[in-house]
Amino acid sequence: MMTRRRMAMACCSALALALGATACGGGPVSAGGGSKELSGQTLDVAGVWSGAEQKNFQKVLDAFTEKTGAKTRFTSTGDNVSTVVGSKIEGGNAPDVVMVPQVGVLQQFARKGWLKPLPTRTVNAVHTNFAPVWSMYGSVDGKLYGLYFKAAHKSTVWYSPEAFEQAGVEVPKTYEEMLANGRAVSDSGLPAFAVAGEDGWTLTDWFENIYLSQAGPEKYDRLARHEIEWTDPTVVKALTTLGKLFSDGRLIAGGPKGALGTDFPGSVEKVFGPDPEAGMVYEGDFVAGIAKDQFGRKIGQDAAFFPFPAVGGGKAPVVSGGDAAVVLKDGKHQKAAEAFLAFLATPEAAAVWAEAGGFLSPNKKLDLASYGDDTVRETAKSLIDAGDAVRFDMSDQAPASFGGTKGVGEWKLLQDFLRDPSDPAATAAALEAAAAKAYKG
Amino acid sequence: MTTLTTPVGAAGPRRRAQRRRRAIAAAFVLPALLLLGALVVYPVLFSVGRSFFDATGTRFAGGENYAEMFRDPATLTAIRNSAIWVVVAPTLLTGLGLVLAVLVEKVRWATAFKLLLFMPMAVSFLAAGIIFRLAYEEDPDKGVLNAAVVGVHDAFTGASSYPSARPRDDQGLREGPDGSYGTAGAVPPGRTVNLGLVGVPPGEVPARAEPASTAEAGPHELRGAVHLDFTPGGGGRPGAIDAAERGLPGLTVEAVRDGRTVATATTAADGSYRFADLPDGSYTIRLPAANFAPPYQGVSWLGPALVTPAIIGAYLWIWTGFAMVLIGAGLSSLPRDALEAARMDGASEWQVFRRITVPLLAPVLTVVFVTLVINVMKVFDLIYIIAPGPVQQDATVLATQMWLVSFGGGNDQGLGSALGVLLLLLVVPAMVFNVRRFRRSQS
Repeated sequence: MMTRRRMAMACCSALALALGATACGGGPVSAGGGSKELSGQTLDVAGVWSGAEQKNFQKVLDAFTEKTGAKTRFTSTGDNVSTVVGSKIEGGNAPDVVMVPQVGVLQQFARKGWLKPLPTRTVNAVHTNFAPVWSMYGSVDGKLYGLYFKAAHKSTVWYSPEAFEQAGVEVPKTYEEMLANGRAVSDSGLPAFAVAGEDGWTLTDWFENIYLSQAGPEKYDRLARHEIEWTDPTVVKALTTLGKLFSDGRLIAGGPKGALGTDFPGSVEKVFGPDPEAGMVYEGDFVAGIAKDQFGRKIGQDAAFFPFPAVGGGKAPVVSGGDAAVVLKDGKHQKAAEAFLAFLATPEAAAVWAEAGGFLSPNKKLDLASYGDDTVRETAKSLIDAGDAVRFDMSDQAPASFGGTKGVGEWKLLQDFLRDPSDPAATAAALEAAAAKAYKG
Repeated sequence: MTTLTTPVGAAGPRRRAQRRRRAIAAAFVLPALLLLGALVVYPVLFSVGRSFFDATGTRFAGGENYAEMFRDPATLTAIRNSAIWVVVAPTLLTGLGLVLAVLVEKVRWATAFKLLLFMPMAVSFLAAGIIFRLAYEEDPDKGVLNAAVVGVHDAFTGASSYPSARPRDDQGLREGPDGSYGTAGAVPPGRTVNLGLVGVPPGEVPARAEPASTAEAGPHELRGAVHLDFTPGGGGRPGAIDAAERGLPGLTVEAVRDGRTVATATTAADGSYRFADLPDGSYTIRLPAANFAPPYQGVSWLGPALVTPAIIGAYLWIWTGFAMVLIGAGLSSLPRDALEAARMDGASEWQVFRRITVPLLAPVLTVVFVTLVINVMKVFDLIYIIAPGPVQQDATVLATQMWLVSFGGGNDQGLGSALGVLLLLLVVPAMVFNVRRFRRSQS
């Protein structure tokens, strides 16, 4: 789940998850100006962001204030947006704009009738500034509700250039090449991959990248909607491909047992920590943040990435996700909210956060020069270049009991698969059984 | 309650007084009844009702949830684990509490000692869970328990020199069933057999290692070099000794004929080994498994097999003090003369404990035991926090399962209610027992 990922980024230890669920709010912010059209209004914005992300988003809010004169107030909802927003609506205290972290939550909100469709001028802006796939993920039943402001790129494999140099290998172009490189790295004495098996979502991301590239976006969409079963031959094939990695003891640091005892921050530490125990770690663009902030790596120099390579002749996958801004029907400042969304659709708003760092924008009009460093620029470029080939994280689209809960469903079954990858067909059957149960409810 | 004095001999006023007494009694009971009704009876009834509806709560499902519950292997695991908890934890706690209470009575700093043992009770389950999660961590660099286990183990058995070394595939070395590596074909004396290994981190090659030897063998000897068949930066030829490749010193090499080891050598700084004066015949060269024994990793406390005992351990840490203090209180009210009399009659301390103390304490022990049984049935937080994701299902008990199914992703409150009802049914016997005992001791 996206929100868990955020937490994992913020806290080094997974245990801190248990403690870190407190929500925090910010007071109203007044900036200069005030002579503008919306002065005197206070826009309420809620989102999952806290810490550095909240601080950077505040800069975007401040830019809005400067432009329109409306004051803003940001409330961090913590881990559970839908519960917090739901209770606020019931309490007659609905925020005006919510930044929803998952497409599933957006659909849930829309179906409950909480959301107001975007006004025509914003819809037009979305069509000109974003690839169509983003309005697809922002729409429910043909109406566009969500504007994707912040995106994640989950098709990046991070590696230690030093390990690659030691092993004498170059950045791979295909999955097979990546495994061959992995074996060379392992021959040099360093296990190839750090796999965070303790956090099930990293395993679903592995699967999704392979599946998207191998089976193609069409099948991917159908599987995400559970229109084809998990026992489909394409799924078994993707699991077999993933099994090639999981079953090779030389490729995984600590073997399957070690991987199952490694959480996500731990897997980054294994590659970029003071005592490297592996050469590569696969996860999204947020790996860079941890490598930089916690282990002092210089991104682009002693921590680099290559795009998740193409599998079996397919195109290289781009799995993504993002936070979408939605307007609540029950908000008290509809006009300000709509102005805010129109502002978020502009490259100008995206540039504010892009300069601050830790941000990718799906807005194709945003000048890539706005990004602070080359590595982020490259990920952003890869995301924009992928255009309509971008697909959202499949497990985020599934019901939580299948794709987003520790210890059950897809997370648990892929962990079992990591422990014993010998029978992909049986794993596919178990996945289908769990999915059938979850999608029914 | 106040007793009302009624005038003797007047029937009407007496009845009136009685009615008044009842009214007052009802007034006093009412708040408690309301609270119990709102907080216990209503939720119980609601859960029972809810358990007959499906996940949405609108469609009547009959007994489907109950059938589903017993079809789901996770519930069966939960029932099994709950059974283990209920049997093991209260028994161990009562036993430990008894032993500690008796021993503490005999030490000088009894109060301080009791305080110390009681202290974990002041730690919240959440915090205790986090502490034990860290203590049980598998990596010896993080988990204190495994650090101790590995430390003790390594003090007795040394580590092997090249735990991660292995030959390349298809370069003439084959792995034996015991983890040793041997040449595939047999060779007569007079040959040079070089053995290439890979997978040794640069930092683990001893500093004394020299470039691998390429000396030729004489007529009656077998020799060769065990070398690191990997050129840093790539470009080496697999199977051949390249310029930058170093020998691996300190490895044991065996010459084997007809399955028997006939000679043993140790590699020198340049990786070379030599078996001189070998009789004619053909030999295979073998690198025994002891060279590659993986380092001891400690116990996997949080693996599927040990996770429940490990969490019970954490539970013991918290509750031992409670059991000890309760039993200690019972102990101090024991009639001393019985103990003294037994001692005068020549009973040993063990006999006094076994024949006098334990029987006299039996009522207290039962109370402690039953209270703990009820407590153990609802254990949740420790399991939720200590068990890592991959083994959560192996550690789950009814209470965690109920929560997971209803809120933790399952979002099926019908099935969750069914689990809740099952849990209630299982707790009821213990409750009834406790209430009965309570009544008996009051009368």
